Amino acid sequence: MTAPLPLISLRSVSKTYRTDGVAVAAVRNVSFDIAQGEIVAVMGPSGSGKSTLMNMIGLLDLPSEGAVYLEGANVAELSEDRRSLLRARSIGFVFQSYNLLARHNAIENVALPLVYCGVGRKARLARAETSLQAVGMLHRAHHFPRQLSGGEQQRVAIARALIASPLIVLADEPTGALDSRTGAEILALFAALNRDGQTIVMITHDPGIATQCRRTIRLHDGELVSDETLFQLLPKRSAVS
Amino acid sequence: MTMLQGFQIALHALRLNPLRSFLTMLGIVIGVASIVTVFAIGSGAQLRLQEQIRSIGANVLMITPGAVYQGGVRLKDGSKLTMTESDVQAILEQIPEIQAAAGSIAGTAQVIHESKNWNTTINGTTTGHFMVRDWQLATGRYFSGAEEAGAGKVVILGSTVARELFAPGDDPIGAQIRIMKVPLEVVGVLDRKGPAQDDVAFVPLSTAKLRFLGSASNINRDSVAYIIAKVAADGQMAGARTEIENLLRQRHRVPAGQDDDFKVQDPAAAMEAQQGAIRTVALLLVAIASVSLLVGGISIMNVMIVSVTERTREIGIRRALGGRMRDIRLQFLCEALVLCLLGGAIGVAGGITLSMTVARMAGWITSIDGEAIGLALVFSIATGLIFGFYPAHKASRLSPIDALKTE
Repeated sequence: MTAPLPLISLRSVSKTYRTDGVAVAAVRNVSFDIAQGEIVAVMGPSGSGKSTLMNMIGLLDLPSEGAVYLEGANVAELSEDRRSLLRARSIGFVFQSYNLLARHNAIENVALPLVYCGVGRKARLARAETSLQAVGMLHRAHHFPRQLSGGEQQRVAIARALIASPLIVLADEPTGALDSRTGAEILALFAALNRDGQTIVMITHDPGIATQCRRTIRLHDGELVSDETLFQLLPKRSAVS
Repeated sequence: MTMLQGFQIALHALRLNPLRSFLTMLGIVIGVASIVTVFAIGSGAQLRLQEQIRSIGANVLMITPGAVYQGGVRLKDGSKLTMTESDVQAILEQIPEIQAAAGSIAGTAQVIHESKNWNTTINGTTTGHFMVRDWQLATGRYFSGAEEAGAGKVVILGSTVARELFAPGDDPIGAQIRIMKVPLEVVGVLDRKGPAQDDVAFVPLSTAKLRFLGSASNINRDSVAYIIAKVAADGQMAGARTEIENLLRQRHRVPAGQDDDFKVQDPAAAMEAQQGAIRTVALLLVAIASVSLLVGGISIMNVMIVSVTERTREIGIRRALGGRMRDIRLQFLCEALVLCLLGGAIGVAGGITLSMTVARMAGWITSIDGEAIGLALVFSIATGLIFGFYPAHKASRLSPIDALKTE
């Protein structure tokens, strides 16, 4: 029996930035796979290359060496327009600072990725309602970001990430700007989404958050130092991976 | 992303900052308004001239007095009436190309009918005048031979004078009016020819001389102020002109080598030249107005560049959520286009208002044509595209990673 195609594969990925003529290696020779239905924490101190890694998984950036495969396709071989379309359809971003458009209300923010999928306005708003419902924010649909608390804004951002039914949700320090209680609520929301089969990659430097994910990838100075899956904590799930 | 979505996003963004949006488009508003106004005034002036050209009649030559020498002193053109009624006769009889000719003298006076009065041009002439100018009667008749010969107390009114002196229902024919205390019977009212032409009253030449201008020092019994003559066909204008010149030199005994004491002019040709001049001036003014459109475009570009910088993060978010480079470019291009189109529309409205105000206050004729409005709008769209492209391009080239990092 052949193993199912991993959703995302990184093969010897390195990323080198050149600033003022000095080459800085942000990510060095990193390889791992992420399968459908996983929830993965990417951990490491600041400057360890977490964000660079996330940009590459999120198709915002391309590796200097090695290759990133999304559903078996080398993303470097796709056109810029194709990568943009994949960002809209297959990837849901959740940012530390929410990154909602301040001049648009919650439902418009949630519907935004569908604009770039070519979905008509009516269908966009209908799907945005469903998505807001899923994160328990439908009652705030017509509020503007400044009228929402941090936790509420992050829920709206998660609704936006989910709207196109992405293959993978990429969360960059999603609780970093929230107090611990609200942070816990957001983590619970991610856990619930994952139980429903949503693949999630979460970047964090908080070990407490990492322990809630079944799999943790640790980076240090751009190198992968460990990739552990906690079979023992969630024995029921071991069959999947 | 479609064009329509681009415009929706643009309108949304511009509504959030109405004052800034308005100030940004002000340059375009002023530019377009001035173009429309200049066009309206220019084409109004041309219309007026065209009307004058038409009103003179086709193939008309006008003979006016030229400079004369009096004891070695060269006097101003027209200071002496050198043309006579017998010149008119000679032109009519001896030059075959001439179909009709008439001499005139003219002045202004008050015309009075009962309680109403009106200041107008009194033209003393013969029926030939109306033939030369192809001027038909609306009602009544022309002067009879007896009236022309015997200083008949009759008058033919231009339509403006008829309107000013008579109530709408009244028939002017047969009514008595007074000019310089002389009672005259209205025998005809002329067709309309244009506002500038219709303000006139015609009396027989003999009547004007005998009853109004009788003892003026530079008038002898035979002289006229000017002669108009109609040439049979367009191609004969130059020939007829030379023949008139030769005939009059001979009749006025102008020695060879000395200047003519008269001038033969083709008024329609002169006005056509004038029309060309008006067109040139109007084009020049439009060119100047276009400069303000250029300045408006630069101001739009400036604000758009600032706006792209301000909204770097928004651009990053849109790119991360799947916006292609061309989507971002379209979004900002649409903003520039909306600014220019809206500015253009306000400018057109402002230009129409302004030219109508000018028309009312200065009494000029203005004419607003679709061509000018279309041109102004095409200009504003072009401005939007040209000056919006660079900021939009700049926005689309931003790296989404860097854009997301900006605060």
